[in-house]
Amino acid sequence: MFDVYHPTKKELFQIMDNEGKVINKEWFPKIDDSTLLKAYKELVFARAADLMIVSYQRQGRIYTYPPGYGQEAVSEAVAVQMKKEDWVVPAFRELPLYLAKGASLKDVFKFYMGDEKGAGWSNAKNMLPISVPIATQLPHAVGLGYSLKYNKKDNVVYAFVGDGGTSTGDFHEAMNFAAVWKVPVVFIVQNNQFAISVPFETQTGTDTIAIKSVAYGMPGLRVDGNDFFAMYKAIEQASEHARSGKGAVLIEAVTYRRGAHTTSDDPYKYRTKEEEELWEKKDPVKRLKAYLITNKLWTEEEDDRHIKACKKEVDKLFIETEQELSYELDEVFDHLYSELPDDLEKQKARYKAFLEWKAKRK
Amino acid sequence: MKIMNMVKAINDALDLKLKEDKSIVVYGEDVGVEGGVFRVTEGLQQKHGADRVFDSPLAESTIIGSAIGMAVAGMRPVVEIQFSGFAYPAFDQMVSHLARMRNRTRGKYTTPAVVRMPYGGGINALEMHSESMEAFYGHTPGLKVVIPSTPYDAKGLLVSAIESEDPVIFMEPKRIYRAIKQEVPEELYSIPIGKAKVVSPGTDITVVAYGAMVREAQKAAALAEKEGISVELIDLRTIYPLDRETIVESVKKTGRVAVVAEGPTTFGVGAEITALVNEGAFLSMEAPPKRITGFDTLVPYPQGEHFYMQSPEKILFEIIDTMNY
Ligand SMILES: Cc1ncc(C[n+]2csc(CCOP(=O)(O)OP(=O)(O)O)c2C)c(N)n1
Repeated sequence: MFDVYHPTKKELFQIMDNEGKVINKEWFPKIDDSTLLKAYKELVFARAADLMIVSYQRQGRIYTYPPGYGQEAVSEAVAVQMKKEDWVVPAFRELPLYLAKGASLKDVFKFYMGDEKGAGWSNAKNMLPISVPIATQLPHAVGLGYSLKYNKKDNVVYAFVGDGGTSTGDFHEAMNFAAVWKVPVVFIVQNNQFAISVPFETQTGTDTIAIKSVAYGMPGLRVDGNDFFAMYKAIEQASEHARSGKGAVLIEAVTYRRGAHTTSDDPYKYRTKEEEELWEKKDPVKRLKAYLITNKLWTEEEDDRHIKACKKEVDKLFIETEQELSYELDEVFDHLYSELPDDLEKQKARYKAFLEWKAKRK
Repeated sequence: MKIMNMVKAINDALDLKLKEDKSIVVYGEDVGVEGGVFRVTEGLQQKHGADRVFDSPLAESTIIGSAIGMAVAGMRPVVEIQFSGFAYPAFDQMVSHLARMRNRTRGKYTTPAVVRMPYGGGINALEMHSESMEAFYGHTPGLKVVIPSTPYDAKGLLVSAIESEDPVIFMEPKRIYRAIKQEVPEELYSIPIGKAKVVSPGTDITVVAYGAMVREAQKAAALAEKEGISVELIDLRTIYPLDRETIVESVKKTGRVAVVAEGPTTFGVGAEITALVNEGAFLSMEAPPKRITGFDTLVPYPQGEHFYMQSPEKILFEIIDTMNY
């Protein structure tokens, strides 16, 4: 497959069109109906959560949030087929994947409500935290990959970054190390066309991100990231390659950030409504739904019911999180070192003395 | 005169300097089309052209590295790092080259670039968006470090930074980007780098602050006044080179000193000021110098940030403690 869709051909790997019709039978993935429905339901859940977080932000109940609206299929394609012990190295727009890995939506809420307790994914195994400094997580993926290889595990690392992140030195260095060391890492670039306001053309001199794989010496694939089947197949092939000891793969998932960069961003400073409408037609959830309905796997009624149930669940979890929210002074100090140095103990005590003084003064 | 906030005042300084000096270029992530995530460079691309004000790819290291090349070739780049917490990928360029080129080439090549970066907490931001690591730069031989506390100072100091023959790290207290408005002259003017300002005279204790902490210290001074304590407030304006004389002269008069800074306590600006008053005003000291600074921890996420930030009350608490020594 990596030869057929070699990056030098500049082709976009697709399986279905915008209406959910299969246009590439040859590469249609083997995926059973129940897995497919599970994936769709998770996509819808993630989308509901994502949109609701934005509205909570507007209500002042959560701080700045970077929506993944429109990009969900990229992460979901990994979510439904990764193995339990596989590693996930997130950027910050992979909500369906965090949940599939075992994180709670409450972790996500806490993180964006400004509580570190959400950052470590309480119940998820083998997943690094969200990476705020862009692309700096990629070298870690290489190290995780090395440990898998060293310990002779047949697991892989799924590492994410945005198109903007590919401009960094860390991206280049990680690709190069991964290729030299032949580590089982699948790099997934979510090319959502923008890095905040900066468009793809300002970010790189190449036509695609996938082409960079050629120079690093690893397979690369340019995939329609809004086409769930294409993404699924791409991840399947890349994982197989990595698991079988052949080394890393670079996947460019071509998608679109339908929302704002974050809740503090105004996209109309740098893009048009017309462009957004164009991408609305390629929306990943809409396309998979069309496929499911055409193939009698799902109905509009079931869809409505599911969306309602998702919203209810999200709201319930959010309200619970709001009620559980707490933050003690100790949390500022207690996780910085294995043992708290005396200096810090004194600083904490001094702060407590201030709080006592303040209480008495009032 | 025109009423401006700090965002507008910095924009104004850039605008006027761009107009005056064709060797100046302004760039960084989202700086051109969008006008910066804080809108500091808004309208400048339209006015001065996309070859002078532009977006760069996302890579701090080469934003600063390329500025070094331009500066060596005689240009005056003013680059933006979107948040000071994202300057670390460029640390190598700043420490290994920006700070050293003049010395390394015995003055043949110089790097008169300005690196602007919003810094500091108090805006309920995600991790890496709130820190105050000016001590890194103050500790790096070859760099000048400037931090304004008002719109007026921001404009005048940035003009000096751009005109400086040495590289300047210009740190902008984003928390007060829009919080303070004041009259600012519309024409070009400059405020010298390396000179502190006595904001308000006093007799009992010298309080040294900079950036967003000046405002907190002012409020604390007003509270202290009610307690019968007269505070002399000094705004550092420049972290390096430090205006040792102004601080020492003040402490000789008051006999006490407290430093207010957001960043971690240990090895910070407060530590340096403690040292310099001990060196310069030892015999006048009535109490040990006091550091009213951040814990030696990371800035907590927003739910815990209030524990970390300096408040007028906390400053007052430590002022009273020093007075009672
Ligand atoms: C090292 C670093 N520089 C700058 C930023 C500020 N910033 C946050 S997101 C972003 C754009 C990222 O673009 P991209 O990698 O394409 O990911 P996307 O946001 O589009 O998902 C920038 C510049 C940062 N977080 N880290």
